[in-house]
Amino acid sequence: MKKLICALIALVLCLGTLSGCHGTKRQKAFEIPEEFDSEKQYTITFWAKNDNNTVQQEIYKNTVASFEELYPNIKVELKLYSDYGLIYNDVITNISTGTTPNVCITYPDHIATYMTGDDTVVPLDALMADEKFGLGGSEVRFEAPKKDEIIGKYLEEGVIGGVQYAIPFMRSSEACYINKDLVEKLGFTLPETLTWDFVWEVSEKAMEKDAEGNFLVNGQKVLIPFIYKSTDNMMIQILRQQGAAYSTEEGEIGLFNDTAKEFLFEIAEHTASGAFSTFKISSYPGNFLNAGQCIFAIDSTAGATWMGAHSPQGDIHEDRKVEFETAVMAIPQFDTENPSMISQGPSVCVFNKPDNGEVLASWLFAQYLLTNDIQIAYSQTEGYVPVTAKAQNDPVYVDYLSREGEDNDLYYDVKIKATKLAIEYTDKSFVTPVFNGSASLRNAAGQLIEEVAKATRRNKTVDDAFIENLYGEMTSLYRLDGIGGGQSGRAELGELPSTAVMLLSVIGAAWVFIGVYLLIGYLKKRKNQGNT
Amino acid sequence: MKKILALLMVLCMAVSLFACAEKFDPAKKSEGVMTYAEYDAAALDAEVVIEAYVQATQSWWDNKITAYLQDPDGAYFCYEMACSEEDAAKLTQGTKIKVTGFKAAWAGEVEIVDCSFEFVESEKWVAEATDVTALLGTDELIKHQNKFVTFKGLTVVGVEYKNGEPGDDVYVTVSKDGAEYSFCIEIYLTGADTDVYKAVGELQAGDTVDVDGFLYWYEGVNTHITNIVKK
Repeated sequence: MKKLICALIALVLCLGTLSGCHGTKRQKAFEIPEEFDSEKQYTITFWAKNDNNTVQQEIYKNTVASFEELYPNIKVELKLYSDYGLIYNDVITNISTGTTPNVCITYPDHIATYMTGDDTVVPLDALMADEKFGLGGSEVRFEAPKKDEIIGKYLEEGVIGGVQYAIPFMRSSEACYINKDLVEKLGFTLPETLTWDFVWEVSEKAMEKDAEGNFLVNGQKVLIPFIYKSTDNMMIQILRQQGAAYSTEEGEIGLFNDTAKEFLFEIAEHTASGAFSTFKISSYPGNFLNAGQCIFAIDSTAGATWMGAHSPQGDIHEDRKVEFETAVMAIPQFDTENPSMISQGPSVCVFNKPDNGEVLASWLFAQYLLTNDIQIAYSQTEGYVPVTAKAQNDPVYVDYLSREGEDNDLYYDVKIKATKLAIEYTDKSFVTPVFNGSASLRNAAGQLIEEVAKATRRNKTVDDAFIENLYGEMTSLYRLDGIGGGQSGRAELGELPSTAVMLLSVIGAAWVFIGVYLLIGYLKKRKNQGNT
Repeated sequence: MKKILALLMVLCMAVSLFACAEKFDPAKKSEGVMTYAEYDAAALDAEVVIEAYVQATQSWWDNKITAYLQDPDGAYFCYEMACSEEDAAKLTQGTKIKVTGFKAAWAGEVEIVDCSFEFVESEKWVAEATDVTALLGTDELIKHQNKFVTFKGLTVVGVEYKNGEPGDDVYVTVSKDGAEYSFCIEIYLTGADTDVYKAVGELQAGDTVDVDGFLYWYEGVNTHITNIVKK
């Protein structure tokens, strides 16, 4: 019996040792080196996102080349993506193998997920403030902006849990690109500030057809008056504009509320009439707009070069394009006195590595992305806004903005109008709270609209019961019941790693075996004493 | 006599077995399944149930897979079918499946979305490429949407990597009789390590090529190339 118990205890302890060994070695926190070793060769990887835009691709390549000239001992390996989601997936996959990139274009929502690994993402507060290597530091080999030259609102967007984990790279917002000719043909005049009521009213009016089934307003068989590209932004903004809940800073979910429900009923109504659709259901708003088949196309300001009769980019054949005047306005509002719109655009984060020098090299490159030449060049490729006042006030940039409409390329009017709109609304823009799970919540917000639109098109009844069921489905699909302010401790610390759970279980089991062993021994002893 | 009787019995059995063996009909549908004509006539957003043979699939991801299906009467593009990784491995070329989903159109591509599938016991069937070269630029071409097709004697106008470098989709512009068409190497169908991906990267403007692929649509014909031969 003794042998058996000893063997069991030994087995349990061995298992404990093995499971303890299974986990990856904890990554040490980054410490800023005193000096940057210019003799040591560093190779860093930069994963960047572009908008299928060859000029942007070239800017990234030129950025790498000019940085390598400044720092000959740092080689930057560039990997280009055309989708934030793909970068996110690749980073997640590479965290477990310790092969994350050094520098990465990303969204703060995504960083919150990256941070579930230990010390995976480098906190930037100390780096930004460092006298030698910080923003505009004494040993930085280029003219970087100082911290107070980065637009404060944009910088704040990279703060997660009170720590700066990302710096902004470019900023954009959403704009409503409008076929002004069709609006006026329907007998309307664009108001100073677009409202949801106006957009719905015009869109419904546009659905009138002639006897042959052609829409009266455009004379075509196809017309979707209102198309929204990013339905997650749509839901987030309508909630914000009405002061309704979405989520708290602590991660408490408020999305599934009555304001959202009322808006979803409105979506169902206008989907049923054919006045509204989404990118996921119908395709890019710009393609319909440029073919005269859409009146209100809401997309990012960073998609402005695809919008309008003379857009320099586009996916439809030239012979399908129609001539019209493009108005660029802020997205529809509920309260025209207090407009609000989302702030978006790429940020940059730096990943931790065992070699502090390598991390410092990564930080220097990240900082280089904020220099005027790069900020201005990249912002000019789309309706992007430079993230530093230093770049925004640069005479080159000021001149660029003043030349709206000089050509249909660099000075394309729709693009510059969209940029000016994003700048004008900077103080009225907002971002959603970032926490582990905020990316899923964002997806759920958009999916509510998509599901209601699809159900309506499929002749399903969208009523209270449907919405309640949909709320449940989205909660389950995006695992939103596992996060929230009611469990703030869990939200901050995250789930225990499986290895830790196993180790704790094994230790617990070992104590149980020891207890049983001692109890048996005690009982035997008592029995023996009783017998004597 | 016994021998003769035995021989006759064996002969009868062989004949009856042959008679019982049903000839394989790749167009045959199960009960309650639409014919291609019925599917073609179905309205957008209608629920559809079809049976067809897998011709190719894109990469499996997140319990979803996109499949190119065809039967002798027509072809189907099933976008992001619900699919386990284990089942994805069984969706080999020629495998017959029954798909339930909703008919949709995205940028001109008619597809089945929000769909699921089940395997159907059957012999395998693989489509021969339909030569649609003569239909380029005509309204007839779209009637072959999603089919496995071939184009002969196209001229390469340009090759452009989506990301400016290999690793993502490749846009191949070709021309025929003075009109240009945008075809595509879809990275999730034919990855960067495939022969066709590499072959496309070596093409030069002016090259004459024969192209095989699936007749996908994106704001016009946008064939997903599976094979390209420089003449």
